[in-house]
Amino acid sequence: MRVLEPLIGLGKGLWVTLRSMFEKPVTVQYPEHKKPVKPRFRGRHVLKRYENGLEKCIGCALCAAACPADAIFVESAENNDGQRFSPGERYASTYEINMLRCIYCGFCEDACPTEAIVLGDNYELSFTDRRQAIYPKEMLIDPVPAGIQTTPQRTEPGRFTRSVPAMKDPQD
Amino acid sequence: MTLGNILEWLIKGFVWVLILLGGFAYLTYYERRALARIQVRIGPNRAGPFGLLQPIADAIKLIFKEEFMPARADKLLFILAPIITLTPALVITAVVPFGNEPFTLFGRTITWQIADINVGVLYIMSIASIAVYGIVLAGWSSNNKYAMLGGLRSTAQMISYELALGLSFVGVIVLTNSTRLIDIVEAQRVYIWHLGSLQIPVPMWNAFLQPVGMAIFLIATLAEVNRAPFDMPEAEQELAAGYHSEYGGMKFALLFMAEYDKMIAICTIAAALFFGGYLGPDLSGIPLIGGFLKYVQGPFYMFLKVFILLFGMIWLRATLPRIRYDRLMAFGWKVLLPLSLVLIIVSAVGVLAAQEFSRHLFLVGIPILSLMAGFVAILGIYQSLRRKEHARA
Repeated sequence: MRVLEPLIGLGKGLWVTLRSMFEKPVTVQYPEHKKPVKPRFRGRHVLKRYENGLEKCIGCALCAAACPADAIFVESAENNDGQRFSPGERYASTYEINMLRCIYCGFCEDACPTEAIVLGDNYELSFTDRRQAIYPKEMLIDPVPAGIQTTPQRTEPGRFTRSVPAMKDPQD
Repeated sequence: MTLGNILEWLIKGFVWVLILLGGFAYLTYYERRALARIQVRIGPNRAGPFGLLQPIADAIKLIFKEEFMPARADKLLFILAPIITLTPALVITAVVPFGNEPFTLFGRTITWQIADINVGVLYIMSIASIAVYGIVLAGWSSNNKYAMLGGLRSTAQMISYELALGLSFVGVIVLTNSTRLIDIVEAQRVYIWHLGSLQIPVPMWNAFLQPVGMAIFLIATLAEVNRAPFDMPEAEQELAAGYHSEYGGMKFALLFMAEYDKMIAICTIAAALFFGGYLGPDLSGIPLIGGFLKYVQGPFYMFLKVFILLFGMIWLRATLPRIRYDRLMAFGWKVLLPLSLVLIIVSAVGVLAAQEFSRHLFLVGIPILSLMAGFVAILGIYQSLRRKEHARA
């Protein structure tokens, strides 16, 4: 009955939609259930620390130079053994990222000589005004691990002279 | 005409309008949930239990929106158009009976019908034709070419499909020998067919007697209320919502309300004309609540049928893509119009043959002839499609 093809086609289409009514919904109920992000997901930035609590960031501003959106502002200051924030000579006294400008390209991550800045897995950024979109260093930096003294630390002279640690090539 | 009569009409009309407005709100919810389920989603489920407060949240949002008007719009018509669109949608169902068991309240016998007029079908036809004015005026007064195009498309489409719609009404009138809606519904009562010693109950729904007529009615009403797949007047993708693209806030809500109330109205009319209206299995035999059920079973069956028909409309929207405009016109003028004319002849011949020979011919002959006419129409469509394929190849 090829003549009835228009009708059969219509029926087939209706059957497909009716059948899909009884499938399990694919919806993820977002605030209650969150899907884990993918391993290479680029979310909000995190400033990392070494295990001893010192900041990895040395205030070189290479990330700011690499940033295509000009979202990063870095100001550095001198370290000394009485008040040490990071290994080597300098640390970032101010580190701000404007989250409205950031395009999450990850160039800052690539530019960083100490692997201090990493794009994390937090994608829930929300602000109610433009000032709030500028994340200062206190919001970006990792909390100090338990039992470790926070920065600035008092360190013995001559121990942290090298600002960029000896590193292997990145694996991923 | 006494004061009591006028008061009764007013109260009944008011209650029905309230039901339609509430029905509109929850039809949007029903549609969103059903569409979501068809698309393997969940749909609105945040506001209140199962998202049941979602329509109220939408209403609050729309009420508090800014009343915006395009700079060079025709102000009077721009404001009037949503009202002109909504009014026919609200009043069209005044003649539809919702039950046959009148009840007594304050010493008055109250029927389940707002206005029992003897030309009910004509009333429905005339009100349905008025509905196009609001849409075309909304499109024209917005001073926007997309809105204008939407209004124009709507006019052409509604006038074209009104013919097929009107002729499918005629088929029903011929079958039931009345234009009064309560007579039309009563004519669809179960008929006991004595076949020797066998007694076969046959529901005389016009949908069974005249299946192709029912199909034409449903297709034409889809086009009349601008629902998918005939939603060219709105066509979000090409016309930016068409005739209501310049409307916002409550004025938009009125146009939206008109569209959904038209859906409810058209399903109510379809239920009354083709699906036996308030008729259904008698529930008054049930002990204890039977006495109460005797009165409410009519409205209940009506609601059930409307609910199912509305699901059909939502289902079609979820399934079919928008039809091309020239195909729509060709289908309306070259298929539906001749086919519905043929069906009137089929119905008339069937009725005459039933009077002349036997009533059973009425039950068997008309459906078979009607289906044959439908088959010929599909043959025509098939051949035309195949010719196009050959021309392309």
